[in-house]
Amino acid sequence: MSGVPRNPGEPLDLERVRAIRVNKSAAERRAATIGTRRTVKKQWQAAWLLRAMTLIDLTTLSGDDTPGNVKRLCAKARHPLRPDIEQALGVESLHPTVAAVCVYHAMVPTAVAALEGSGIPVAAVSTGFPAGLSPFAQRVEEIGASVQAGAREIDVVITRGHVLTGEWQHLYDEVRAFREACGEAHLKVILATGELATLTNVARASWVAMQAGADFIKTSTGKEGVNATLPVSLAMVRQIREYRERTGFLVGYKPAGGIRTAKQSLEFLMLMNEELGREWLEPHLFRFGASSLLTDLERQLEMFVTGRYAAAHHHPMP
Amino acid sequence: MATVAELFQTMEYGPALEADAPARAWLAAHDAKFGHFISGQWTKAGKTFATHDPSTGAALAQVSQGTAKDVDAAVAAARKAFPAWSKLTPHARARHLYALARMVQKHARLFAVLETLDNGKSIRETRDVDVPLVARHFYHHAGWAQLADTEFAGYGPIGVVGQIIPWNFPLLMLSWKVAPALAAGNTVVLKPAEFTPLTALLFAEFAHQAGLPAGVLNVITGDGDTGAALVNHPKVDKIAFTGSTEVGKIIRRATAGSGKKLSLELGGKSPFIVYEDADLDGVVEGVVDAIWFNQGQVCCAGSRLLVQEGIADKLHAKLRARMEKLRVGPPLDKAVDMGAIVAPIQLERIRTLVEQGRAEGASVWQPSWKVPSKGSFYPPTLCTDVFPSSTIAQVEIFGPVLVSMTFRTPEESVALANNTPFGLAASVWTENINLALDIAPKIKAGVVWVNATNLFDAAAGFGGYRESGFGREGGREGMWEYVKQKAEGRGQRVEGVSTPRRSSTIHHRPSTISSAAGGIDRTAKLFIGGKQVRPDSGYSRGVVSPKGKLIGEVGDGNRKDIRNAVEAAHAASRGWSASTGHLRAQILYYIAENLDARSGEFAARIASMTGATAAAGKREVQESVRRLFTYAAWADKWDGAVHSVPIRGVALAMHEPIGVVGVAAPSSAPLLGFISLVAPLIATGNTVVAIPSEPHPLAATDLYQVFDTSDLPSGVVNIVTGERDALAKVLAEHEDVDAVWYRGSAAGVKAVELASAANMKRTWCAVGESDWLDAADGEGRAFLRQAVQVKNIWIPYGE
Repeated sequence: MSGVPRNPGEPLDLERVRAIRVNKSAAERRAATIGTRRTVKKQWQAAWLLRAMTLIDLTTLSGDDTPGNVKRLCAKARHPLRPDIEQALGVESLHPTVAAVCVYHAMVPTAVAALEGSGIPVAAVSTGFPAGLSPFAQRVEEIGASVQAGAREIDVVITRGHVLTGEWQHLYDEVRAFREACGEAHLKVILATGELATLTNVARASWVAMQAGADFIKTSTGKEGVNATLPVSLAMVRQIREYRERTGFLVGYKPAGGIRTAKQSLEFLMLMNEELGREWLEPHLFRFGASSLLTDLERQLEMFVTGRYAAAHHHPMP
Repeated sequence: MATVAELFQTMEYGPALEADAPARAWLAAHDAKFGHFISGQWTKAGKTFATHDPSTGAALAQVSQGTAKDVDAAVAAARKAFPAWSKLTPHARARHLYALARMVQKHARLFAVLETLDNGKSIRETRDVDVPLVARHFYHHAGWAQLADTEFAGYGPIGVVGQIIPWNFPLLMLSWKVAPALAAGNTVVLKPAEFTPLTALLFAEFAHQAGLPAGVLNVITGDGDTGAALVNHPKVDKIAFTGSTEVGKIIRRATAGSGKKLSLELGGKSPFIVYEDADLDGVVEGVVDAIWFNQGQVCCAGSRLLVQEGIADKLHAKLRARMEKLRVGPPLDKAVDMGAIVAPIQLERIRTLVEQGRAEGASVWQPSWKVPSKGSFYPPTLCTDVFPSSTIAQVEIFGPVLVSMTFRTPEESVALANNTPFGLAASVWTENINLALDIAPKIKAGVVWVNATNLFDAAAGFGGYRESGFGREGGREGMWEYVKQKAEGRGQRVEGVSTPRRSSTIHHRPSTISSAAGGIDRTAKLFIGGKQVRPDSGYSRGVVSPKGKLIGEVGDGNRKDIRNAVEAAHAASRGWSASTGHLRAQILYYIAENLDARSGEFAARIASMTGATAAAGKREVQESVRRLFTYAAWADKWDGAVHSVPIRGVALAMHEPIGVVGVAAPSSAPLLGFISLVAPLIATGNTVVAIPSEPHPLAATDLYQVFDTSDLPSGVVNIVTGERDALAKVLAEHEDVDAVWYRGSAAGVKAVELASAANMKRTWCAVGESDWLDAADGEGRAFLRQAVQVKNIWIPYGE
């Protein structure tokens, strides 16, 4: 994805895992002021909104997905911004696109074909998504099949039970096997944080996933009761920071689910910028798992250009 | 101008200024020149001085320098408004306070912007912290106004309250002062700080528009001289002050003996303690909220980082990384973490202290970026290689400067935390609840935040231990500062109670003593550390009956005896304060039992000393026994409270003993008066150095044997006989005595209050005699409240 070396993983350090503690109230207080300590206005805001747009894994993960709606999504992925707005912003030369398109395995061939020549990778959710409780061998095979079909990124789910019962070695082995099955494809490990009960569990699972070789750690499938939140994000990105300090490797972060508004997306970008730094505002280290977010970003950018509040139906739907 | 395409690469934040036009329009509407707000009207501006925008140095407005005449007018207005205001029904006052809360909310942004202009603090803080807390304070106190009759039954307003507030939270401190004062039915003369007078003036104007009657709230502006005129004004009944310990001491001395009620919220050097199992990323943000909140100009700022040695380097590295990300700039910018220091003089003080720290060997670290060169800005600063002996570890810097020291064990962390004259606040960071709840009570501070910092709410009391002042603001405990007993001073003297006698001369010559025991000499020594010891002076004092007959001798105590007694009291304090209420109750019951067994002897003693009838003597002993029962009963019931604060968590308002308390017992009721003061103190875990009735000391000295046979641990009660006022002064001056209760002469009260300023010890003084036999006057909650201080421990929870 970039010149940054991939995280190869390292042996599991159980002592470190068990020492991790996250104070929930403290994390919540920090999260509550991320959006109040920072803000962007005018052209700075436009730049940040555009940045958010280019960091989206534009996603459809529905039982009723068909080649038709997936192709429509891919067309939008190539041209997320209406050309007149692009022009007015003066960003045509940047050729903004979303970061990737994320689909179920069955839709991978359609998406790959639809995105051909765009440089936009296809990501496949995998390993028995969303619950991750199908037979282990089958889950590993599923990764291979998606890679075979052209997916360059694989979003896997973990066995939540391993976290809830403290079976860190099993979690490590599971993710390690997923990583091997990925080969050259990049591995995003979905922790399903809404089902991990505590921020401490989230942080520990993040750490184990990174030691097992995750390229990205990701919050949610979008199917849990609670999706990406700022406190959960803090718990995860602080482990990413610690991992870099200890190993030198940079691991990406992907909040997913429930991020629908431009304002929300800016809070996440500010969180990344503040906790990890500018480097993490690039598609090889940060993604939004989102779908409707795109239209809101487009509306806000149009408003920046025209000065008038915009209507969703003026923007080509994904 | 940067293009979107360029900014897309740099991802800078850019400027994001809050508009200040409405605030400037309000200033312009007053021609940027203000008089005082007295009796619902603006006075004509007198001699004025400028108030500035600290971020630019530009003058914002001219405000008047309050003169003695202005203070007179304001006090007179408050005095005039008092009868009607205090007679309003609680509900009517509640409606007024509610209207003030609504008023603040309606004009929230105007208040926030004006505050930022005048003070230099960030608009984020004024908008998200200060102003919402102001509204909350008025809402909460609308509730106390509503409930005043039932929740403070028997108590009423004090009268005219003079309030002097600081520049660091101008409007918030106004609300902390004004809301409880008005809720209780007092009227107010408030003087805002000279650096930041504007929001108080805006508030006064809007409060009047919101229907607050003329004269109920008067605002006068000016400098320290105006404040002094208010403090010294004879028609002011109470002074409430927030500011430096230095000025607090001046006010304590100025009001000594005046009868003015006093509450002081002073400086701090609050410890921020980090144990090795803490969530260090959470800690880092806690430090940001502790010392880089309001540019560190916070009396309770966690300015002394105490970190367990093994994790110190790691935490310092995390802090430096975080500091690099902080943004300092124009305070109206919605994306800065810190604004400007309030004034050039304060900036200079910070610079000087940091340079002194560097000169004394501290490593001073500041981020790589530069603060704006125009205006009063100072960068976040971390000082390591600092020790308790360093100036910057002891002195309140009142700026964004954190000093860090290490400890090895929890015990050492407490010792370092308490190694300061201050005692305002503390933060304790650990994921171990056992440790947190062990440490919190051991820290001498009025507020302890567990895994948090700088949490405030109107429902929880805020205020200091030690030289951080006394009195609380917020919650029920804060309301007590603004009420007094309605029937204070009734029943001054009642028949049957022994009367005081002043004369008591030192005898150097052998004399004949008619002892109740007959024959064998029973000269009472002093009672120190559980032992009867000879007075250091080597002199005795004769005790004479009303008829002039020598009936006994007691030791003539001096300052060295007091010193020894205080040391004994300290030695006993740790164990006694940590003992259970149940144990203290048992001992008090036992004292009562043993006293009762000797009631005849004590009654005779009282009668012989005071000339009271045998029946009166007997009654005093019976009442003393009863009073001991009362405090034995209270010993395990004087509970604190759990405050309902708006967090997921609890705020525990714990009643903690004050420590070592000096007692000067009244002259009359030589047994009952003594017991009435000593019993509530020891019931609540204090240890005592008591001076018995000067003319009639023998009832107290007879208690030695009662104490000895009642399992009272050595040093819990120490008794030094002698000249009351001379000994009381030594106690009041003693820097390791935490409080003095004095009953005696007006001159004595003044001397005690004056001397108490040395270490800001609490004093509870009264002139003249109470009716000790009247339980309504002589015992109960009023005594217990004085015997403890409230510590609010905030414990957020959630996993």
